[in-house]
Amino acid sequence: MVDFLLNGEVVSATSEADTPLLWVLREELKLRGTKFGCGIAQCGACTVHIDGRPMRSCVTPVSAVAGRSVTTIEGLATPVGEALKTAWTEVQVPQCGYCQSGQIMQAAGLLESNPTPSDEEIVASMNGNLCRCMAYPRIKKAIKTAANGGALS
Amino acid sequence: MKNQRQGISRRSFIAGVAGSSLMMGMGSLVSGCSSEQASDALAAGDLSTVFSPNIWFEINGAGEVLINIVRAEMGQHVGTSLAQIIADELGADWSKVSFKHVDTDPKWGVMVTGGSWSVHQSFTQLSQAGAAGRTLLIDAAAKILDVAPDTCTAENGVVTSGAQTVSFADIVTRGDFSRVFSEEELAAMPVKTAAQRNVIGQNLQNRDVEAKSQGDAVYGLDTELPGMAYAMPLLPPTRYGSRVVAIDDSAAKSIAGYIGAVQINDPTQTVQGCVVVAAETMPAALKAAQAVSVEWVPGPTALVTEADILAEGERLAADPEQGALFVNEGDVLAAKAQASVALSATYTTSTALHFTMEPQNALVEFDSEGRCHIHAGNQWQSLILPVLAQALEMPETDIVIHQYYLGGGYGRRLFGDQMIPAALAARSFGRPVKLIFDRASDSRFDCVRSPSVCTLEAFFDSDGALTGVDHAVVAGWPTKSMAPFFLGPGIDGKGEVDGFSVNGADHWYTLPAHRVRTMNNALAQETFLPGWLRAVGPGWVSWGVESFLDEIADQQGEDPVALRLKLLDAVGKNAGDTASTVGGAKRLAAVLKDVTRRAEWGRQMPANEGLGVAVGHGQERGMPTWVACVAHVAVDVASGEVALKKLWQTIDVGTVVNPDGAMAQAEGAALWGVSLALHEGARFNAGEVAEQNLDRYTPLRMRDVPELDISFVDSQEFPSGLGEPPLIPVAPAIGNAVFAATGQRVRRLPIRLA
Repeated sequence: MVDFLLNGEVVSATSEADTPLLWVLREELKLRGTKFGCGIAQCGACTVHIDGRPMRSCVTPVSAVAGRSVTTIEGLATPVGEALKTAWTEVQVPQCGYCQSGQIMQAAGLLESNPTPSDEEIVASMNGNLCRCMAYPRIKKAIKTAANGGALS
Repeated sequence: MKNQRQGISRRSFIAGVAGSSLMMGMGSLVSGCSSEQASDALAAGDLSTVFSPNIWFEINGAGEVLINIVRAEMGQHVGTSLAQIIADELGADWSKVSFKHVDTDPKWGVMVTGGSWSVHQSFTQLSQAGAAGRTLLIDAAAKILDVAPDTCTAENGVVTSGAQTVSFADIVTRGDFSRVFSEEELAAMPVKTAAQRNVIGQNLQNRDVEAKSQGDAVYGLDTELPGMAYAMPLLPPTRYGSRVVAIDDSAAKSIAGYIGAVQINDPTQTVQGCVVVAAETMPAALKAAQAVSVEWVPGPTALVTEADILAEGERLAADPEQGALFVNEGDVLAAKAQASVALSATYTTSTALHFTMEPQNALVEFDSEGRCHIHAGNQWQSLILPVLAQALEMPETDIVIHQYYLGGGYGRRLFGDQMIPAALAARSFGRPVKLIFDRASDSRFDCVRSPSVCTLEAFFDSDGALTGVDHAVVAGWPTKSMAPFFLGPGIDGKGEVDGFSVNGADHWYTLPAHRVRTMNNALAQETFLPGWLRAVGPGWVSWGVESFLDEIADQQGEDPVALRLKLLDAVGKNAGDTASTVGGAKRLAAVLKDVTRRAEWGRQMPANEGLGVAVGHGQERGMPTWVACVAHVAVDVASGEVALKKLWQTIDVGTVVNPDGAMAQAEGAALWGVSLALHEGARFNAGEVAEQNLDRYTPLRMRDVPELDISFVDSQEFPSGLGEPPLIPVAPAIGNAVFAATGQRVRRLPIRLA
C-alpha cells in the first residue's frame, strides 16, 4: 500500500511497490489522461508532476511517490495550467493529441519555474517530449501565448 | 473491398422522420432495390438492408444537426472539415452542428481513412447531400410560410422568405419529409458556388481539439470493460514462418494475477508464431510477459539484413528483364542506343517505422450472443473485418469494430492485424482481453515502410539534348500482402503493379521518352509486412526523381528551377483534363515559381550553405496536390552534420475547407519529410528491425524544427488532399541543397554525409 496525494486528494494505491506510477494512475486509479508511449522515459507522453516537477511516470515506481504530491493532466488547475490548456485549444496545437497531456505537463513545469522563457529555453525544456504528428511549432507558440497572459500573438 | 462493392448500385439521397428528428442519408441503394422499397424501409426505421450510406445526418426538433462521420480521426480534424462541407450547403447554424465517428456497420459500406482522400473523395457527395437537405428544408418551409420555394434561402439554421422566417427546429417539428432523390436529381442539386459559401473556407475551431487539450480524449488504449484481462504479445524472431516449440511459464506462475499464456493459431496466417500472456492487472501482465519464455524455430528470414534487402532491390533494378511497365512513352531503348552521353544514379531509402505514439492495442469481448466487439482505433475497418471473420471463423456481420481517437495513424492503422491475436486470446481465455503492445513489440510488429531502390538513367544526344529517362522502382509492396485486389497488370497487360508503390513515377514533366519499370522486392515481402507509411510510394519515388532532375540540370549546366519549368510545359497528358487535375503541370510550375520567388532562389549563399528545390504532386495523376519546396541547409563539413535552417513550401490543394487545419496538416507533413530525410531510419538485422525504441530510433524533436514558411495558393478548384503531399518534396529538396552547399551528392535516406 502506497499513500500519496493525487490531484490534491489522498489515495492509497494497492499495486506492488515496484509498479510504474503510470500504470497505477491509468489502470488502478483510472486516470487515463496520462499516456503510455515508450516505457523508457524517452517520449514524455507519461509526464506528471511530482511535488510540482515534471517527471516520467513510466519509469517511476509507485513507491517513489509515497507521501508526495502527484498531479496529472486531470488535476492541473493552476493558473499556469489553465492558461496552457486554453492556449493549446486556441492555437489548435493537438493533431492526434496523444502526446499532448505530457506536453502540457512538461510546459507547465517550465512556466512555473520560468514564467517568460526564451525560445531556446522552451526548446531545452520540451525537447524530450516527442510529438509524432510534429506539432512542435504550435506547441512552442502555445507556450509563448500562455506565458504572455493568453493573448494570441 | 471489391466484394463489398458488388451488389451496390445507384447513389441516392433518402430523407424521412424518425422519432422527432429528420434523418437524411446519402449513399447507395443495394442493387435491385427501388426507391419505393427504400421509402418503405425508411418508414420502418431500418434502412440497413437496402441502403449503404457514406453519410448520414439528422436534424432534431431543437434544430441541432448531428452528422455521422465514417472516417477516422487521427489528427487531421477530419470530422470538422467534413461537417463544414455539409453545414455550408445545408445552411446550418454551425454552433448547432456536432458529429460522431461511427462504429462499423454494414450499412456504412466501405470504411477507410487514408491516402489524404477524405475531403477529396467526400466533397461532391457531401456537398450534394447538404444541398439536398437544404432543398427539403426549403420545400417544407415554403409550405409552412405559404410562399414559393424559390423565394426562400437557408442560412444559419433559418429559412427566410422576404420578411418571414422559420427555424430548422420548427421546420423539422412541423414538416413532412419522406423523400428519395435519384442519382440524376442529386447531380442536378443546386450546389453553392465558391462565392456563396460561408462555412467552407472558415477557420472554425476543430471540434476534437479541446478534449485533446484537457486530457479527456479517449483513445483505444484508454478503454476498459468489466472483467477484462490484460494481455501482452510475445513475438517470434521473424514475422513469417517461425514456429512455437515450447512455452515455459513456470516462472510466471508465482506472479499474483497471472492467468496464462496461449499460442495464437491464426487460420489466416496474418499473425504467425505469436504467444499472448494474460493477467488480471497490467503490472502483472508486464511481469508475466518477462517471465514467460517461448522457444521458437525461426522462420527462413531469420538472418536477413537491411543490406540484403537493398542489394536484392539493386539487383532487380539493374536487370532489364525484370518488372512490369508503369510508364512507356516514346522509345527509351532507342534513346539509350543512340545516346552520346548517359547519366545514371541509384537512390535508396531505409526502413522507416510508423512509431505511432499510441502503441498497437485492442480490447475484445464476445457478447452473450456470440458477437465479437473490438475496441480499437482503426483507419481501414473494411480491410480487416473480412480477415477477422476468417481468423475467428465467424460471419463478418457478427464483428463490430468500435471506433476511438487514433493516437497516430500515418498509415499504420490501415491494418488492424493486432486485433487478430487479441480476439483469439479473448476466445481462448473466455473473457474480455485487452491486448497491449509494449513499444519494442509495436516496432517489431510494425508494417514498416519498405527499403526502396530507384535507379534512373538519362540519355543525351550529340548536341547534349535530353532524349529520354529510364526509371526502375523496387520495394516491398503493402498492397501485395494486405490488399491484393488493388494490384493490376502493367500498361502492356503484363506482369504485376502495385500502383501505390510506384506512385509518383508517372510525374508531370514532359520528357521526349520516358519508361518506368516497377518490381516487387520479394526478399522484403518475405521478411516483413510492408506497410503504407505517410505518402507511401511518392515518399521514395520522388526522392529519386527529384534528386535525379538536379543531377540532369547539373550535367546540362542548367539551373534546376529553369530545367523544371521547361519540362513543366503542361502539354499533352500534362495539361490536366479532369476537375481534379485541371491546369495540370501549369499549377505545378506556378507553385514552383512562387516558392522560388519567396526563397529568393539564385542568391549568393555563405560557404557550406545552399538552397535546394524539389516539387511533389501528391498522388500523381489521380489526385495531384501541387507542392513546391525550397530547403536551406548549412553543412558542417568536418562532422558531416546537416542543419536544416529553413523550409519554404507553396501548396496548391484547390479549395481549402479549413485553412488552419490545412496549415497544421502541411506543417506536420513537411516536418515528417524532414524527419525521414535527416533523423529517422531503421535497419533490418537478423530478420527484424534493430531500432525498436527511442533510444535508437530518433524521429525529429523540437530542437530540430527549421523555420517554416508555408503558403497556400488561393484557389477555387476542386479540393485535393493534404495529409501526405507536403512530405514528398522535402527530402529531395534537402538532398539538392546539400549538393548546392558541398558539391556532394546524397542518394540514400536518411542522409548521412560522414
